[in-house]
Amino acid sequence: MRRTVFPNKVLPWVLLAPQLAITLIFFYWPAAQAFRQSVLREDPFGLSSKYVGLENFRKVFADPAYLNAMQVTVVFSLLVAFFALGIALFLAVQVEKLVRGKGFYRTMMIWPYAVAPAIAGMLWLFMFNPSFGTLAYPLRLMGIDWNPLLNGDQAMALVVAAATWKQISYNFLFFVAGLQAIPRSLLEAAAIDGANRRHAFWTIVFPLLAPTTFFLLVVNTVYALFDTFGIIHAVTSGGPGKSTETLVYKVYNDGFVNLIMGSSAAQSVILMVIVIALTAFQFRFIEKRVHYG
Amino acid sequence: MKAVNLWVAGLMSLPMAAQAQTEISWWHAMSGANSEVVEKVTGMFNESQSEFKVMPVFKGTYPETLNAGIAAFRAGQAPDIIQVFDVGTGVMMGAQGAIKPVAEVLTENGFAFDKSAYLPGIVGYYSSPEGEMLSFPYNSSSPVLYYNKDIFEKAGLDVDNPPKTWAEVWAAARTIKSSGAATCGYTSTWLTWIHTENFAAWNNVSWASNQNGLAGVPELAIDGPLFVKHFQELADLAKEGVFVYGGRTSEAKQNFTSGECGILTESSGGLGDVIKSGMNYGIGQLPYDDTSAGAPQNTTPGGASLWVMGGKSDETYKGVAAFFNFLSQTEVQQFLHEQSGYLPATMAAYEATKASGFYEKNPAREVPISQMMGKPPTENSKGVRAPNLPQLRDIQNEEYEKMLAGEQTAEEAMKAAATRGNAAIKEASGG
Repeated sequence: MRRTVFPNKVLPWVLLAPQLAITLIFFYWPAAQAFRQSVLREDPFGLSSKYVGLENFRKVFADPAYLNAMQVTVVFSLLVAFFALGIALFLAVQVEKLVRGKGFYRTMMIWPYAVAPAIAGMLWLFMFNPSFGTLAYPLRLMGIDWNPLLNGDQAMALVVAAATWKQISYNFLFFVAGLQAIPRSLLEAAAIDGANRRHAFWTIVFPLLAPTTFFLLVVNTVYALFDTFGIIHAVTSGGPGKSTETLVYKVYNDGFVNLIMGSSAAQSVILMVIVIALTAFQFRFIEKRVHYG
Repeated sequence: MKAVNLWVAGLMSLPMAAQAQTEISWWHAMSGANSEVVEKVTGMFNESQSEFKVMPVFKGTYPETLNAGIAAFRAGQAPDIIQVFDVGTGVMMGAQGAIKPVAEVLTENGFAFDKSAYLPGIVGYYSSPEGEMLSFPYNSSSPVLYYNKDIFEKAGLDVDNPPKTWAEVWAAARTIKSSGAATCGYTSTWLTWIHTENFAAWNNVSWASNQNGLAGVPELAIDGPLFVKHFQELADLAKEGVFVYGGRTSEAKQNFTSGECGILTESSGGLGDVIKSGMNYGIGQLPYDDTSAGAPQNTTPGGASLWVMGGKSDETYKGVAAFFNFLSQTEVQQFLHEQSGYLPATMAAYEATKASGFYEKNPAREVPISQMMGKPPTENSKGVRAPNLPQLRDIQNEEYEKMLAGEQTAEEAMKAAATRGNAAIKEASGG
């Protein structure tokens, strides 16, 4: 194969410069700052700072509140990923069955994705606020002691519902595309062999959707981990107690409310490691093992 | 030739204009009706002279404003004046090099600074342990009791005499619920500020050692018997459904203005929203616990004060001093007090408001002042201070929520809040 060689040595760099500058200024520089702060002990104003090595990390891992936040994050992410994928897949399959109005349903399904997380949080809060929520009232009438302000499990259910609702659209879109890529001949062959719809779905459609599902699983996990801050901030602010305080929310709370810079920075470095690990996992295993189309 | 002249004249006028008006930036956290008051007073100041121009900038909620100020300071772009809420006072006091004491700013620029001109409860709160006033008290408030007169009447309670002690509040709240006058008897905003910090001052019990932290690093005493008793009563009421929890800050105000709850304890600064709801309300003193010998003592201020950032030019400080001097004028203070529902900062403004007959028409507006000034403060009632008060309040809220949910008793909650809080204080003060 003939290698293309560009004679100009400067031009490529000039063309790359804007992108490189953005990456450096908005990604590497803050990341470097986080690393620097994570080994320092500093007052909020940065008037005095002391190098403390890995002390901040040691304290973070010894803090029961951090372990609690980890547990909350795992539970929250699993629930959000499971429900967001499950419901989206169900809806996508149902829409595929439609003969008329497919386009209309698809469009309507995608709308919630355009809602900002904080707004989504407010919407759910208004519906389920124990004192003025429109849907809290019927819940009470049904004999459920609905009070997410004090009941941790109910608060968790509420943020999971809000976060799931927002992510279903995105998943739905990918599942619809994935379903369209499945050759009809396979399904017809299955039907001739006497497979019912359910059987055909679990033995043919679901396995063939695997690439989409795996991709969405990673995307949803990352979403639940990092993009749900706005929802949690608006709905529960991490409470009651610490029952909805995720790792990301704790970084915010410790750094910007409690002004403990070192610990907050150490926590964000840990989060960085988690993201890198997740991304590496995605590229290493999922991209290789899953066959596309 | 003419063109050149004009050009030269233009050049010359540039530095002249800059010299003529020094701009002073003021970051604040006042929204709604209170932000209009900010615009109005700065406008009044800017029109009163031509040397300085104060530029108010809204920076979001109290914590957001404080964070913005800290971030700006770290980037070398701090504003000249920043409004910091009561809870952030300890944080600002810890930042020795970042701020310039208000007393210093005023005296260095030739303004007589007389501490006794200010309301003692307020000036004490914003002074260093050595007694130097560090920040300018812009908006101070005090917790009071609001009650819905219609609900009181329906429940057969005395409409003109609101409950004075906590025992009376509990009884009235139970009556409201059992009579069906409302679904909830009592609710409260800020369990930390009202039921913990002000509860301690008002009943003259210690919140923490070292004069509640004003004289040094505090060690929390909120697991004391009176706190445990009080919170157990609150937890019991919550279990009966008589007390309804609204949230950690001022969310519970909605439970009151919507007519769900008959009684509310809230900041005097929350009056605007109560008026806006159009309900038939009454105001009483913050209730006290009659089993405590010293009660009622005096309440402590909440709200916010103005801090002057360090490292600015002499010209800027001159302008800041002039602005603060303007703000402490009696007419301006009186205007602020009557417009916003916050307390007047100076004695003269309080006297003038009294003389004008304002309190005769609005008796409720004097309640927060008289309960703060009723008695000379003891070491339990000058206010509370900690290097990490926001964090301490967070811890308390978490434990209170677990208690109200029935997961732990008041004794366990108060013990946990004190132990966790003390560990956090030790950590924050470099221990």
